[in-house]
Amino acid sequence: MTDHADGDLAAIREALEKFGRLNRPLPEIADDDDLFAAGFTSHATVNVMLAIEDALAIEFPDELLNRTTFASITALANAAAQSRGSR
Amino acid sequence: MSVDAVLELEWARLRADLVAAGVVVDLGAPGLYAQGPDFVRAYRAFDALLERTFACLDAEVWQFPAVEARPLFERTDYVASFPQLTAALVAFTGGNPEHAELIRVRSDGGRWEELLEPAGVLMSPAACHQLYGVLAGTRLERSRVFDLHGACYRHEPSPDPLRMQAFHQHEYPYVGDAAGALAHRDDAGARMHDLLLGLGLAVDYQVANDPFFGRVGRVLARNQLSAAAKYELTCPVFGADQPPVALGSANYHGTHFATEFSITGPDGEPAHSSCVGLGMERVVLALFAGHGMATADWPDAVRSRLWRGPGERA
Repeated sequence: MTDHADGDLAAIREALEKFGRLNRPLPEIADDDDLFAAGFTSHATVNVMLAIEDALAIEFPDELLNRTTFASITALANAAAQSRGSR
Repeated sequence: MSVDAVLELEWARLRADLVAAGVVVDLGAPGLYAQGPDFVRAYRAFDALLERTFACLDAEVWQFPAVEARPLFERTDYVASFPQLTAALVAFTGGNPEHAELIRVRSDGGRWEELLEPAGVLMSPAACHQLYGVLAGTRLERSRVFDLHGACYRHEPSPDPLRMQAFHQHEYPYVGDAAGALAHRDDAGARMHDLLLGLGLAVDYQVANDPFFGRVGRVLARNQLSAAAKYELTCPVFGADQPPVALGSANYHGTHFATEFSITGPDGEPAHSSCVGLGMERVVLALFAGHGMATADWPDAVRSRLWRGPGERA
């Protein structure tokens, strides 16, 4: 999957802006950059996940509730698309 | 009979044995017990053995209140990860009219606690939490090891006699750099494992995860497992066919606490922490479950480790 809805990417960036507690400004972070290398923590993933689910009215399925899902903005967008497909 | 039903029978049997022997007395709520003289004898002897075993760490000894200030509790993120275990205190803050209302509700058999207000303090769920409050905002010039023995509360009422709501942890936290934190966890974890094996407890040392709450908790639990951040010292208290009971754990926190509490190393970067600790009542109950309901009848090999010289014999 490479084409993501712009709305998804915007919602993911907004969730990261509010709850990601990253150590670099979000505009500097590319879609494929490693979020954990940018200071993302396990505990912060919880808030980001809930914010994305809320904004996009989706629910990540159980098998996506792991670190890989939160590794990058692209990975999150893939997970959002996959969550929609699995409904 | 289902697996759970068999386990519940095992819990009931151990609880009945402990109560019949006077080791503990049920205080009227699940997981709240008075601990009798033989329990206390074993607890104190085991604690003394623990301190002898870890004297080599030359740890700083600190004591903390059983309740935590709300701002400190907030910084630990505990309520986000473990809402099911969290307990906050409430207190009466009213005047005469509110007192009259409380008296009326109480005499009607109502829930007068609902008239109380949050008191701004929470029950401490872990002996090491308040240590990070002490270290908050400091820059460590060298690594530090601590010896903390304190009261904990977790809201998990259960018929399992080893799952108490109110209990004590004896922990040895380390704060310093990453390599030191991992080495402390692994060295002290192995030493703790040997200590328990030496008391005739068939303890295993295995990768584990904390009981993070709900769907979001799965991310945390899976991260913890895949990073092998947590090990538990588990004991088959209820037999090899039943899930073993965690008597303690050895944890590497990474920079979690140091980031939240602004604790840095000599280089100005967030410090790393780790912690090895035991649930003290659980160890004592595992000894009673394994060796019998009276310390006087425990095997000589166990008794001689707990009570060294003639002057210290139970």
